[in-house]
Amino acid sequence: MLKIKNLHASVEGKEILKGINLEVNPGEVHAIMGPNGSGKSTLASVIAGNEDFEITDGSIELEGEELNEMAPEERAHQGVFLSFQYPVEIPGVTVTNFMKTAINETRKARGQEEMPANEMLKKIREKSELLEIDRKFLSRSLNEGFSGGEKKRNEIFQLAMMEPKLAILDETDSGLDIDALKIVANGVNRLKTDKNATIVITHYQRLLDYIIPDHVHVLLNGKIVKSGGKELALELEEKGYDWIKQEAAV
Amino acid sequence: MAYTEEELKKELETKEYEYGFYTDIESDTFPVGLNEDIVRAISMKKEEPEWMTEWRLEAFRVWKEMEEPEWANVKYKKPDFQAISYYSAPMNKPKYDSLDEVDPELLDTFKRLGISLEEQKKLAGVAVDVVMDSVSVATTFKKTLAEKGIIFCSISEAIKEHPELVKKYIGSVVPRKDNFYAALNSAVFSDGSFCYIPKGVRCPMELSTYFRINQAGTGQFERTLVIADEGSYVSYLEGCTAPMRDENQLHAAVVELIALDDAEIKYSTVQNWFPGDKEGKGGVFNFVTKRGLCETNAKISWTQVETGSAVTWKYPSCVLKGDNSIGEFYSIAVTNNYQQADTGTKMIHLGRNTRSTIISKGISAGKSQNSYRGLVQINSRAENARNFSQCDSLLMGNECGAHTFPYIEAKNKTSQVEHEATTSKIGEDQIFYCNQRGIDTEKAIALIVNGFSKEVLNKLPMEFAVEAQKLLEISLEGSVG
Ligand SMILES: Nc1ncnc2c1ncn2[C@@H]1O[C@H](COP(=O)(O)OP(=O)(O)O)[C@@H](O)[C@H]1O
Ligand SMILES: [Mg+2]
Repeated sequence: MLKIKNLHASVEGKEILKGINLEVNPGEVHAIMGPNGSGKSTLASVIAGNEDFEITDGSIELEGEELNEMAPEERAHQGVFLSFQYPVEIPGVTVTNFMKTAINETRKARGQEEMPANEMLKKIREKSELLEIDRKFLSRSLNEGFSGGEKKRNEIFQLAMMEPKLAILDETDSGLDIDALKIVANGVNRLKTDKNATIVITHYQRLLDYIIPDHVHVLLNGKIVKSGGKELALELEEKGYDWIKQEAAV
Repeated sequence: MAYTEEELKKELETKEYEYGFYTDIESDTFPVGLNEDIVRAISMKKEEPEWMTEWRLEAFRVWKEMEEPEWANVKYKKPDFQAISYYSAPMNKPKYDSLDEVDPELLDTFKRLGISLEEQKKLAGVAVDVVMDSVSVATTFKKTLAEKGIIFCSISEAIKEHPELVKKYIGSVVPRKDNFYAALNSAVFSDGSFCYIPKGVRCPMELSTYFRINQAGTGQFERTLVIADEGSYVSYLEGCTAPMRDENQLHAAVVELIALDDAEIKYSTVQNWFPGDKEGKGGVFNFVTKRGLCETNAKISWTQVETGSAVTWKYPSCVLKGDNSIGEFYSIAVTNNYQQADTGTKMIHLGRNTRSTIISKGISAGKSQNSYRGLVQINSRAENARNFSQCDSLLMGNECGAHTFPYIEAKNKTSQVEHEATTSKIGEDQIFYCNQRGIDTEKAIALIVNGFSKEVLNKLPMEFAVEAQKLLEISLEGSVG
């Protein structure tokens, strides 16, 4: 589904991603781990099309179609979803209105009719129940005055509403207490099918107890230096990143 | 496409005036210039009684001695008041019985504006008194209103048919000598609307007037008088748009509202006059005096969405004379390119337990300047008066300006006055967040602007809110490539 080849990206002339290779197939969950500042969020932003970052080499493909030159909204229309590490506030725009706009703009871009109001309502009800979100919450301004945990849960609610092909969760676990973490993880698991894929970015292994990855990659200084199965995450938890840094330096 | 400040700026600049066209209807126009003879001629043309002529002449004499005000935060070339023609009416101004009789070109104009009468008629419960080039050319729903004893007609008609009401109230809230433009308006006002709601009557529909400015070099001087008798209620809508013109057009309207004991008036305006092109050329000068008087337990709300005009000078105000009376002001002012707006309100608390609320939202883009100027005055007799003011500014790009000038004069120690102000910018991170959810930049800006303006948009009647939202989008979005 997603094929990243030799991806190099920089911001303000400084290279952050230094040759990433990654292949994600339908039905898979990949975890990307790594210490702070290693480039995890940058990778997510570049896949989503944030043009603060310049791709200097390599390519990103989604289902055989190259994304490099595509606008961020077009990538979203193609089925890329990013759960932001730091979701932004949009005062005066309710969660419901934002979702309605996002879904209908996406449908429009795909040549579909607007979603009928009753269908939209039904979907909102269903997905807010899945994530145990109070309905009152949905009429609040997007992310304004939300706690860290509420912001993250709201990101996953949006994921549930948008039903993308590729979901990238950037540090979704940070700010969540253990109960919320379970709810969110359960939500993500329930949304999994054999046709979509998930990339979970985290620097704790905690989340991976609940969202079990098929593959774990370690990102260090802009490169994937080690890949393995879910046991790699446990090893990292136990031993930290230093041994990988040493291994990578060799 | 990534959204950058540079791109946004370009987008905003390339937005041409959407409704820029000009209707060619034969007009009957006075020679330019202003003197007592012209004032008399206007009055005669309108077949006014002697007292009205005298009232105008008195205003003219006052005006002659006055100076154009300089205190507002706007810069413009002063109009040459002797180079303006003070009267213009469509030729053969018949009163139509049905739309079929109306000049098709006029109807076409309304269609292009998206406010065709057919549409308006269909819109549930909206009566439209269309003011085209200073003279009313169509009035609808009059019968329904008449059954309730509601008078809704042109001010010229009211002067003839209801002189006792006009005589009693005209100039009672905005005296002729109030300010330069009010004095000028009082001398030369061409037409406008009059509305009277009898005691205890709730007006069953929104009363709506569409204004247009249409003649080259013709100043437009509307006069509106709304009287809500004891315990009555009315919601009044005023909306307008103008054709694209090359020279400056002066507009100096006066609106007076009178809410007697226990009455309520909601006055909503959507204003979209030609703001000038992207070089700042042309555009309407809009100098308006709007004021309402509240008697005991009465309430007046002003809601306005201002997107047009090259220069706007406008302060809808409330005089809270009666005890327990309430004044509200909800405003969205958008400026783009070289537009300049100096708007705000005055809340004059005279009575006890009077309350006022001010919510002002300024949106500035391009090289425009957007100023809020508000006065909250609590008189010594106004025990327990309360005011809450909130002024928010949203900036787009780095070349525009937002300014807030709140003046507070509190002469009673029991009063409470609160003022809050914020300034924010549309962030690239907000745009990217929207883009990531499949919303393109143009739509994202509309969404963010609507969110910012929501508290005010919510105060507008439904159909008007939709129109106002469209206007905000038109004023701020470009053709994103
Ligand atoms: N917009 C930006 N401008 C400048 N530097 C940035 C920007 N975004 C990220 N960086 C830098 O790129 C590196 C990787 O950051 P990031 O991708 O956020 O790491 P991670 O998510 O793994 O913690 C850091 O050194 C960070 O300072
Ligand atoms: Mg990060």
